[in-house]
Amino acid sequence: MAPLLEWVFSGKGLSVAGALAIAVIVIASEVLGNRRRTNARNVTAVPITPRQKQMRTGALMALLLIFPLLLGTYVSEVLDQVGLYILMGLGLNVVVGFAGLLDLGYVGFFAIGAYAMGMLTSPELGLASLSWWTALPIAVSITILAGIMLGVPVLNMRGDYLAIVTLGFGEIIRLLALSDALRPWTGGSQGIQLIAKPVVGTMVLDNQLKLYYLILAGCLLAGFISSRLRDSRLGRAWMAMREDEDVAQAIGINLVATKLLAFSVGAAFGGLSGAIFAAKLGAIYPNSFGLLISINVLALLIIGGMGSIRGVVVGALVLVGLPELLREFAEFRLLVYGALLVVMMLYRPQGLWPEDARKLEAHEDDGLSGDSSAAPAGRIIEPA
Amino acid sequence: MEEGEIVTLIGGNGAGKSTTLNTISGLLKPRRGSIRLNNENLGNFKAHEIVAKGVVQVPEGRRVFGRLTVLENLEMGAFTRPSRSEIAQTLEQVFTLFPRLKERESQLAGTLSGGEQQMLAMGRALMAKPKVLLLDEPSMGLAPVLVDSIFDTIRKLHALGTTILLVEQNARMALQVADRGYVLQTGEIILTDKATALRENESVQKAYLGVL
Repeated sequence: MAPLLEWVFSGKGLSVAGALAIAVIVIASEVLGNRRRTNARNVTAVPITPRQKQMRTGALMALLLIFPLLLGTYVSEVLDQVGLYILMGLGLNVVVGFAGLLDLGYVGFFAIGAYAMGMLTSPELGLASLSWWTALPIAVSITILAGIMLGVPVLNMRGDYLAIVTLGFGEIIRLLALSDALRPWTGGSQGIQLIAKPVVGTMVLDNQLKLYYLILAGCLLAGFISSRLRDSRLGRAWMAMREDEDVAQAIGINLVATKLLAFSVGAAFGGLSGAIFAAKLGAIYPNSFGLLISINVLALLIIGGMGSIRGVVVGALVLVGLPELLREFAEFRLLVYGALLVVMMLYRPQGLWPEDARKLEAHEDDGLSGDSSAAPAGRIIEPA
Repeated sequence: MEEGEIVTLIGGNGAGKSTTLNTISGLLKPRRGSIRLNNENLGNFKAHEIVAKGVVQVPEGRRVFGRLTVLENLEMGAFTRPSRSEIAQTLEQVFTLFPRLKERESQLAGTLSGGEQQMLAMGRALMAKPKVLLLDEPSMGLAPVLVDSIFDTIRKLHALGTTILLVEQNARMALQVADRGYVLQTGEIILTDKATALRENESVQKAYLGVL
């Protein structure tokens, strides 16, 4: 295993030979996979038995558990970042994907989670020196509160207007963290250092590998909650609201409660991600919470498939994982982002791995607003 | 309105027909006056509470949840009702009324034809077991054959005892199914009578029925 790894990775990134090899493998599997899928389309799908499903889940879990052990620190670091983005993606997916509320300031919740964790645990500020686990529920509660505070003023806003206000919200949070007035609490441009690390038993989770398991647990929890919510009464209300707010109201859905719950759940996942992020770095600075994070999270939703939980995982792997591995081409990262988004919108507007029901429709996808009535008729693209 | 009757609101563009319906269902707030259901002022309730009280609107323009299936759309209609067995029962009734929807059960609503979408919108409202059904322009943009079938359905619902408030541009059809009618012009009720009498009324004939 080790010589193979050395061949694929050199120093801090992929070697050229390794990159080529991976590209060939990915393309080949995609081409072969496509061919198989085309064949499979003519055959009635065989339903997976619960037992098979259990075995698959078991195998996947085992893989997730041993994967970073085999691949070492660098891959763990990448997976940590992917995991933090998956957490944020799952949160934003509730807000944008399920409820159709376009939020461009999602980084605000990530920042609030991180700062709450910093303020509650760092002895440097002298506010409180709680342990990470004690501070966690408080930090998440604060983020949920922030979600509701953002939600109340925007209850009557839709589409573009909502997007602009949330965009402002994200920036306001960053500027507050940076401001001199709040320096005693947030540390201003100096940020907060000495943030507590999570401790499990006697083990301090202080390296990428140990944190990987914490992040994995967080992602599994958030994924589980998401999937249960999606199939719940509340999830249905979110989707009805996404499709048509007026009709949702006309069939008896309480829009106020439904919207605020979407913002709260979204905020909670973002806050959790922020709290882990703060512990991982041990120090946070206002500039770690720029607009680009909001955009990245939204982009990964679009790439993976809006409203799709597994799509979030795929999107995060593609948008965060690959550029991390392709460090050598780092300058072109944004260019690749842009190009990828354009290509996605043209050829696969439903995302890489959408929910099953979405695959059936003629893809009159309208990107973000979720208002299908606004989509021009006749923009029908065959599924790839 | 009396229980079990069909009342129609007719009038030209901008007369305030849809506004009246939206105010009844709580999507808009009344500036003055009040809306009463069994002596309860509906103006004091939010839209979702009014649905729970049994006043359900079928909005104008066949607004179905395009990216949900037909069945999911219907289930959403029963959002305010707690009992699963009762919902299943209503679902059967809706499918009896609209056999077409049963055939298309698992299809995405956005891929249905215009007439089918109108049936779905009505079926969805019926899932809430409304005491009063508010229909906003059910014939809008439909082929004449489909308009006939929609009005047949309205007659069937009437026969089943549903109270219906029908807003229509198609005054001729509306006055044929209705018991009573109100003629609305720029927000004022200018005329009210039995539907049969309105059909005979000269000025109504001129203005809305196209009789010279």
